[in-house]
Amino acid sequence: MNRTVQAILLFLVGGVLLHAGVSGLYLRYVKAGLQPLVLAAGAVLVLAALATAWYARRRPAGPPGPRVSWLLVLPVFALILAAPPALGSYSAMRAGTAVTAPRIVAPLPDGNPVRLPVIGYADRAAYDHGRSLAGRTVTLTGFVAFDHAGAPYLVRMLLNCCAADAQPVKIGLTGRVPPVLAPDSWLEVTGSYTARQAVDPVNGGVIPFVEVGEARPVEPPADPYESLG
Amino acid sequence: MEERVWSGSTGDRLVTAIDEARRRAGRRDRDEPGWNVDPVLVVTLVLLAGFLLQGPVRRLLATPVMQSWMTVFVAVVVQALPFLVVGVLLSAALAVFVPPSFFARALPKRPSLAVPAAGLAGAILPGCECASVPVAGALVRGGVRPSAAVAFLLSAPAINPVVLTATAVAFPGEPRMVVARFVASLAAACVMGWAWQRLGRPDWLRPRPHEHGEGGTKGEAFWGSVRHDVMHAGGFLVGGAMAAATLKAVVPATWLHAAAGHPVLAVLALAVLAVLLSICSEADAFVASSLTQFSPTARLAFLVVGPMIDLKLFGMQAATFGRGFALRFAPVTFVVAVAAAALTGAVLL
Repeated sequence: MNRTVQAILLFLVGGVLLHAGVSGLYLRYVKAGLQPLVLAAGAVLVLAALATAWYARRRPAGPPGPRVSWLLVLPVFALILAAPPALGSYSAMRAGTAVTAPRIVAPLPDGNPVRLPVIGYADRAAYDHGRSLAGRTVTLTGFVAFDHAGAPYLVRMLLNCCAADAQPVKIGLTGRVPPVLAPDSWLEVTGSYTARQAVDPVNGGVIPFVEVGEARPVEPPADPYESLG
Repeated sequence: MEERVWSGSTGDRLVTAIDEARRRAGRRDRDEPGWNVDPVLVVTLVLLAGFLLQGPVRRLLATPVMQSWMTVFVAVVVQALPFLVVGVLLSAALAVFVPPSFFARALPKRPSLAVPAAGLAGAILPGCECASVPVAGALVRGGVRPSAAVAFLLSAPAINPVVLTATAVAFPGEPRMVVARFVASLAAACVMGWAWQRLGRPDWLRPRPHEHGEGGTKGEAFWGSVRHDVMHAGGFLVGGAMAAATLKAVVPATWLHAAAGHPVLAVLALAVLAVLLSICSEADAFVASSLTQFSPTARLAFLVVGPMIDLKLFGMQAATFGRGFALRFAPVTFVVAVAAAALTGAVLL
């Protein structure tokens, strides 16, 4: 591949990074905090493409680029044509829950019902025996997943850096669960603490339950993942 | 013996290697008539075919397995590219703006001291493993002893402040895990450096040629280096991301649960998992902390092995230093890293 093709490839890769960073598409794959880095990397690659094209005009010869560089076409295609969705129920039910050891949690915020991240409810319900949740109503947002037996769960993926390290946080649904649920559809559940728990068959982690009072379908949030701090 | 060749004769051998690599690259291109087609035409046709076929391709990719594969693949690439770009910029700046004599003065003269000094210097590169590979490549081209560059390459992604802070956050109340990670990673990096100094041969290490000395301004050399490193390491990064996504989609997590009970098997299982998953070293501590069914030593092995060798790193090392280097280096690194983690774990955890 000559200099011109290398410039085109660099421009395409930089361009899709900029596109993903500006359009919010990046939130499906990496944590929100990486946005400035993604944008900067895209800008540098576009600059490198322009510089390559500029210098290639004056000095077109040079050793050919490596053939492995053609692989860079694949993420460009994947992001522009397919734009794969954020990890959903399939990945969630194959992996073990992230609730495996007590974590330090802040005091419950004010408000009734109080809006909590799924991991915030799971940590309190699993290790606090519901003490801080007593007498409170919580609102949780997540997607629906089913286990092999068909029992419904409310799940949110917990992200530390990118989707490769995502771990599900699973909460069992009990009480007034809607009769018809589709996997991967997003739900906003308002309910209260129940002492019921289950063991995750994949890694032995804790799956707390929530007593559903009301559940309504919602649009997927802009950032489909949750992260700690 | 490699010290004599590399530090003494001002890189004559390196120049020969570059010439040879050029000759081989040129010959390969002439031998295969299929690649004489105008590459601009190829790239246009590939893009056009992709757009025309997007309907059928999308249907094919609609199954949950393929979707999660693609998501993980794109995620690894999107997450690693910014760090690769940071490393590539730093590497280009080192190559173009820092005179080689600087590194010779900055590191101790005695090779046995230069290795730990370079290993400790890894602590100042705040990034993950994607950044350290191109920087180590620039150090070798700048005349740094390969043994010292190897120690830097292996220690930088594991012992820098960003990664150690992430480890402390992921293991609250267990500061010994942070200490153990620092000690085991630095020890493994130094052992690899000293081993390279004793046993390494210069012809194993073939840093890919950079087109310096063709004339041109510093700007041209800088952007030439950036383009070269991104095209090489980026291509291999994509290959590594595909492998990591495949393994994550194919291997069931319940296998791990079975291995956790056995003390030796647990260490090996997490070491292999670190290689296969290719997680960024800034995030691996959070994954390790969730693997609670495993012993602390096994989780330490996960943290020590991952930043030193994994699928995407192997590809990037092959791109930067040559396939002969990566094939010899990767298995030895794996063994040394596991041993360092097991010993440190036995003492500290």
